[in-house]
Amino acid sequence: MATGIDPASQTGATGVHDASRAAIPARHLRTDRWWLAPAATAAGLLVFVVYSTWRAFANADYYHAPYVSPFYSPCLAANCHPMHGGPNWEIFGSWWGLSPALLVLIFPLGFRLTCYYYRKAYYRGFWASPPACAVAEPHRKYTGESRFPLILQNVHRYFFYFAVLVAGVLTFDTVLSFRDEHHAWGHMGLGSLVFLVNIVLIWAYTLSCHSCRHIVGGRLRHFSKHPVRYRLWGWVGKLNERHMLLAWCSLVSVGVADLYVYLLATGAFSDPRFF
Amino acid sequence: MSEQQTGQSGAYQAHFRVWRGDPDDGGLTDFRVEVHEGEVVLDIVHRLQATQAPDLAVRWNCKAGKCGSCSAEINGRPRLLCMTRMSVFDRAETITVTPMRGFPVVRDLVTDVSFNYAKAREIPAFVPPEELAPGEYRMQQEDVSRSQEFRKCIECFLCQDTCHVVRDHEENKSAFAGPRFLMRIAELDMHPLDAASAAGLDRKRTAQDAHGLGYCNITKCCTEVCPEGIKITDNALIPLKERAADRKYDPLVWLGSKIRRRKE
Amino acid sequence: MAHVDRQTWDVVVVGAGGAGLRAAIEAREAGMRTAVICKSLFGKAHTVMAEGGIAASMGNVNEGDNWQVHFRDTMRGGKFLNHWRMAELHAREAPDRVWELETWGALFDRTKDGRISQRNFGGHEYPRLAHVGDRTGLELIRTLQQKIVALQQEDEREFGAYDARLKVFQESTVTRVLKTPAEPGTANGGRVCGAFCYERESGRFFVLEAPAVVLATGGIGKSFKVTSNSWEYTGDGHALALLAGAPLINMEFVQFHPTGMVWPPSVKGILVTESVRGDGGVLRNSDGKRFMFDYVPDVFKEKYAQSEEEGDRWYDDPDHNRRPPELLPRDEVARAINSEVKAGRGSPHGGVFLDVSTRMPAEVIKRRLPSMYHQFKELADVDITAEPMEVGPTCHYVMGGVEVEPDTAAARGVPGLFAAGEVAGGMHGSNRLGGNSLSDLLVFGRRAGLHAAAYAASVTDLPAPDEEQIAAAEAEALRPFRAGDEEPAAGAEPPENPYTLHQELQQAMNDLVGIIRKEGEMAEALKRLAGLRARARRAGVEGHRQYNPGWHLSLDLRNMLLVSECVARAALERTESRGGHTRDDHAAMDRNWRDINLVCELAAPHGGPPAADQIRLSRRTTPPIRPDLLELFEQEELAKYLTDEELSR
Repeated sequence: MATGIDPASQTGATGVHDASRAAIPARHLRTDRWWLAPAATAAGLLVFVVYSTWRAFANADYYHAPYVSPFYSPCLAANCHPMHGGPNWEIFGSWWGLSPALLVLIFPLGFRLTCYYYRKAYYRGFWASPPACAVAEPHRKYTGESRFPLILQNVHRYFFYFAVLVAGVLTFDTVLSFRDEHHAWGHMGLGSLVFLVNIVLIWAYTLSCHSCRHIVGGRLRHFSKHPVRYRLWGWVGKLNERHMLLAWCSLVSVGVADLYVYLLATGAFSDPRFF
Repeated sequence: MSEQQTGQSGAYQAHFRVWRGDPDDGGLTDFRVEVHEGEVVLDIVHRLQATQAPDLAVRWNCKAGKCGSCSAEINGRPRLLCMTRMSVFDRAETITVTPMRGFPVVRDLVTDVSFNYAKAREIPAFVPPEELAPGEYRMQQEDVSRSQEFRKCIECFLCQDTCHVVRDHEENKSAFAGPRFLMRIAELDMHPLDAASAAGLDRKRTAQDAHGLGYCNITKCCTEVCPEGIKITDNALIPLKERAADRKYDPLVWLGSKIRRRKE
Repeated sequence: MAHVDRQTWDVVVVGAGGAGLRAAIEAREAGMRTAVICKSLFGKAHTVMAEGGIAASMGNVNEGDNWQVHFRDTMRGGKFLNHWRMAELHAREAPDRVWELETWGALFDRTKDGRISQRNFGGHEYPRLAHVGDRTGLELIRTLQQKIVALQQEDEREFGAYDARLKVFQESTVTRVLKTPAEPGTANGGRVCGAFCYERESGRFFVLEAPAVVLATGGIGKSFKVTSNSWEYTGDGHALALLAGAPLINMEFVQFHPTGMVWPPSVKGILVTESVRGDGGVLRNSDGKRFMFDYVPDVFKEKYAQSEEEGDRWYDDPDHNRRPPELLPRDEVARAINSEVKAGRGSPHGGVFLDVSTRMPAEVIKRRLPSMYHQFKELADVDITAEPMEVGPTCHYVMGGVEVEPDTAAARGVPGLFAAGEVAGGMHGSNRLGGNSLSDLLVFGRRAGLHAAAYAASVTDLPAPDEEQIAAAEAEALRPFRAGDEEPAAGAEPPENPYTLHQELQQAMNDLVGIIRKEGEMAEALKRLAGLRARARRAGVEGHRQYNPGWHLSLDLRNMLLVSECVARAALERTESRGGHTRDDHAAMDRNWRDINLVCELAAPHGGPPAADQIRLSRRTTPPIRPDLLELFEQEELAKYLTDEELSR
């Protein structure tokens, strides 16, 4: 009996066209619109990448009291727009001449880039590895995440720790948004609502992370000996089932929050105040 | 289309294309075949055997989605023949049935799945705790539930078939155990009484070093095709990756183990 | 004839279900080189279909349970026809066999205090079935499979080869058990010396030479049209034993499981687990009536609830209430459903309603009966959490089988032949209780392996199977390919399609030797079987030997026809109704039949015309039940089963 572990055939064709496999010329026989999901994913991610790159490098129109764009918070350089009571922490001092957003965005970017959902999304959407299930991929060789550089995906949990810090700052920003333009407390505008929705989604996405699920309880062997962590693990697990949905929702919401601040800052729009 | 619907108790003529052949050669053969209400694709394959192609080879057994024998690809998607109802297809549609394309073909719809049995042997077995006699095992339900999910596996090998790591790269078969057997490692690592570590076996480490966990790029096709609905990626593979990361990439853990080793 | 490959082993196990694998593990651990041969892939055996659980009196849920209670339940379920020694061994050893599985990695559902949870089942006095949801058979087969792999890993470390002492020949079929020549002048009709096999994938023949062969091939359900059994269940082991000269007993007792799916047609017969009723499901007819209350037979009157209220209370308070009659032994429930349907009170597709949707919240149903939920959703488009299922009887299990020594599982009359599991007869009497099958596999699988190993170790002077025998087996196996060109002169009838023959056989058995039997119908069945036998000689196939299902079926037909004749002949002879044998013309149980086994043997071991009777039937009186076991029962109860003569002893 063939073991199926023999090296590829002499002809050079591998995968589904390997000489040992059923002779079918087509790369796949799927009749549904399998390309739709990866195409939509790629398009959606592309739109966000273009928009966020523009906004991150713009270094302008990111503050309009009491709102600060989530792309620019916390502000770690001296060249920031002063934000009253806001997260102006000049750790990097004045030598930093580029957009202060770049100092911060690296963390959410890294978190999302190494996220187990986004990995699936861009491996499928951009790298076609595989484009869809049972659709042959176009690459001759594949080593996955078993070696450099993709083995670095394993650092996901450190980005998770930073993402928690960033989410904390954004929570602070959301609290600050319950002020008016003169920094007086007890007010709320449409922007506050946008920030509120955004921060809820950011937290939901961050906490639904697979690394979080692991740290909170997944790494345990005996749940019965850690009832509190077991319960937490259950909750995170429930959120985790919607990780993809939360990833997209929070991506959109963070973009919308930034866009909202941009529109206010450029004066294209004025913030409707509720009270 | 109207002529295909003969009316009588919902019976109609369907158009099937079935791959027939052996390792040397083969191709898709067209059939017209009667379909009755409530039937599944395996019923139609059996009707072909009984009426038009008595030597059509197909592997099957329980016909109730419990044994995982009748794995094949229907319209290009890995599925169980016995759990695919004809009613999900349009009556005018041509239904294409091929053997699993991730494994060497034997004949017609039958493939050589020995890769999976070879891999199964490479996974170190459950290590019983030495201090417990039979009958003394005490385990809480919440502690066994995780592994129980993985033990629902019926070994249809559809996940192994669809996983692009080996489906598209024959040469990876020696280094990669495939989702089914990485899940087996996760099952044992989460078993509340497995004594592997006491016996000097680190399942998390060997998952990555010996069974190719790193090849998995979590694109989730294994989960998509699993007829038992096991969340292979979210509940087995990713937790296993995280456990391996605990061991190898967490500096605190690394430091801790270094200190402990020094003390010993 | 081409050269046939031969290999030498100590023990050959035919069948890789629960019994076969358990036997193989035991034989290998006893130090014997062991080969397992199975028709399907390794790990696909029919055992995976078992749903409810493994009956073992561990007493984890109700401390009142012990082996004596289990023994009593088993004897009652089998209407005292069981071989009492087998029932005793089974009840005594089942807990150890279950606990042992845990040390091999099995994960059963748990009780609150961390022990193995046990559930209620028909005919069992206490919650007794160790289970994993409703996929216990899968857990059992996987655990045994993984234990085999673990042993192979040991051998790999020791000898450098996984297959050194334990090898699985998957997708291979045995067509003959080979024997040494009979020794004239002695009672020795020859000993086992091997098995003739073919590989399904390639069609290649091979011989496994071995002093001991363990049959663990399961049942015969594929001879019936509506069945819960898979294609493998063609009575191979029963037929191999007959052909090797071993007798079968109790073949008239065929269990029809009361709840099989009835719709859609393509899944008709697929099992709906008894756990549905054990966990609270109820049976209703088209009038919405829980009809089982009308069908409690006299022998069980004191043990079952008289009202719906009492039955419902039992689920929470089993100590002060009696169980609902939905949990009567399977034969009773199957007959009741049959009667309701015949009386015109059936469901639209000819069954009755089995309802859990009004008894449990949807979440509980999905957790406790996941594969039933899945099965109905996927195959019948029925959501069992919202609507009742339609169910009807389906051929499920044969109580009859190879007559064995209870302690050693050795087949009578053929040294070196052993049998365990469904293929062995006697353990379950006239009707098997749910859950007793998986425990039977483990208890007697282990015993068969142990004693086959001991026997194999004691054999020193075994001659190899002779060429003549092998050539005959090969010719027999190749006959279907020559069906067209053999004997062109006389009659010149065309070859028969094996699929057609199989369908006709299933129809005949289903209609004429089914759940309710009549003398005339069974006589007619025997006539049809004779006709089918003659035609089966001409079963022909196209193509070549590589993975050819038509050819495989042609070979299996021989076995199905042999066992079908046993069933029909024995059923015609037994003029009473008992357990899995119900006579319309002899509706009552007759105490005088209690200690009589009907024995089937091959009539003409060396061929003869195919239409002639193949089976010779005789009666055998069973040994009296050991007094200390009889004392476990009330005298009053015994009087319902035992003859006055037996009672006076």
